[in-house]
Amino acid sequence: MAEKVLMKGNEAIAEAAILAGCRHYFGYPITPQTEIAAYMAKRMPKIGGTFLQAESEIAAINMVYGVSATGKRVMTSSSSPGISLKGEGLSYLAGADLPALVVNVQRGGPGLGGIQPSQSDYFQATKGGAHGDFHMLVLAPASVQEMAELTVKGFALADKYRMTAMILADGTMGQMMEPVSLDFAVGEAVEKPWATNGTKLSRPHNIINSLILKPERLEELNFERYERYAKIKETEVMYEEYMMEDAEICVVAFGIAARVSKNAINEARAKGIKVGLIRPITLWPFPEKAIAAAAEKVKKFISVELSMGQMIEDVRLAVNGKAPVTLCNRTGGMIPAPEQVLAAITEAAK
Amino acid sequence: MNGKRITIFSGHYGSGKTNVALTYALSERAKEKKVAIADIDIVNPYFRTKDSEALLKERGIRLICSDYANTNVDIPALPQDIYAIVDDKSLTCILDVGGDERGALALGRISAAIREENDYDMIFVANRFRPLTSTVEGAMEVLREIEAAAGLRFTAIVNNSNLGAETAPEDILSSVEFGKALSEAAGLPLAATSVSESVYEALCGRMSGLYPIRLQKHL
Repeated sequence: MAEKVLMKGNEAIAEAAILAGCRHYFGYPITPQTEIAAYMAKRMPKIGGTFLQAESEIAAINMVYGVSATGKRVMTSSSSPGISLKGEGLSYLAGADLPALVVNVQRGGPGLGGIQPSQSDYFQATKGGAHGDFHMLVLAPASVQEMAELTVKGFALADKYRMTAMILADGTMGQMMEPVSLDFAVGEAVEKPWATNGTKLSRPHNIINSLILKPERLEELNFERYERYAKIKETEVMYEEYMMEDAEICVVAFGIAARVSKNAINEARAKGIKVGLIRPITLWPFPEKAIAAAAEKVKKFISVELSMGQMIEDVRLAVNGKAPVTLCNRTGGMIPAPEQVLAAITEAAK
Repeated sequence: MNGKRITIFSGHYGSGKTNVALTYALSERAKEKKVAIADIDIVNPYFRTKDSEALLKERGIRLICSDYANTNVDIPALPQDIYAIVDDKSLTCILDVGGDERGALALGRISAAIREENDYDMIFVANRFRPLTSTVEGAMEVLREIEAAAGLRFTAIVNNSNLGAETAPEDILSSVEFGKALSEAAGLPLAATSVSESVYEALCGRMSGLYPIRLQKHL
């Protein structure tokens, strides 16, 4: 195994993207994700790639659209307010069925909010992210190692399904440093016969477009897209179960909230409370079957989030009324302490 | 790190320079000197010397940092009392300069006065487990960029190679060659190999030039 390096989460995303064959990065600085851009600015010129600081987030996402149309792997990154600006481009990418990797290192909101970690863009990421009928694949890393691995995975999924994969991280994940091994399989490049990369007079023109004025055709395309989404829901769900075998209480948490929750669960177990964790790794598709299965035996659910309670709606849908679901949260850039989660678990165990 | 009136710590961001600077400031203060530590990192608002404000206050170390650090207007501003570093010759000053050449640019504001007084050390803090400074070539590139931006030459190197909380004594031993090679390439003395207090215990007697450092707590 290759030697480990000490990386910030943001750097791990950038280096993993390069490993995955991404040679085009467009972005605009915003805390707490700026190290992705800074890293790309240093690395891309040395490997024949393109780093471009666009004049705005909107320009950057449209540059992503352009490069993706040529069949090349391409990415952009930002933090919450910047992702809102990219919204139009995200919808256009979906409408044109173009693959891309978009990173959101979330910070507290709404508005300009703050620069500290948050998970309050969950709705925005998992319910589409902009106008129109569409979804993005949403991956939620909980370690710097996963920041790297899910970036590679994200590129592969995006190409496979011709859609945007979003890494939904937070300020903690972006800024924290952990040892990382970058020695992992990157996978084969996908053929892209749809790309607008020159006909060489050997095929008809390819057209990339999201303007479909005939309603019958637009409806047809939307149905086709949702058939693809249904397939993704069947095959691409990822989650981790921790101490769920005999659990009577189930904590559901992703990213940094899952790390805090694990500490609290260990302490609760030491006190004899039967509690476990389901950590969604894909937020869309959401691990609803795993949670539904847990609801057959678990008495209570706790959704731990760095928001006013967004994922809890998906947890409740999956639990489908079979058990109560409560919220344990901090917001605005604050992180729940293990003691707060432990208190919620202890309360649920009463 | 020879007890000069001004000691500047710089390096690639994430090299660990803030921890080394903080430890050195505490040791200078222990010699009953009038000590100030200046945080002129205007690049990254996430990790700051100001995070150790309570400890510095308790030890009687003056903190020179932007009034706006960790506030709602955390803009890239220099502290207004930055000139105390060069004007007040009774102060022993430790400077924590921001990562890379962009961070070092702020030092340019006072570098002419520092050169003129000529009672300073400038230490390059290097971690070979960081991706962009994992080779001597990579580290030299960062070193030269910082010198060009700061308008000052480095005078020594501190090998602060570490893998964070997972650092094992063997990782430090494996970085010794890197420290030596970087020192040779830069033509600068290797002032120390800095290690966390826990690793220090395990390495005592196994290698020379060790400098145990105190780690700031965050995240």
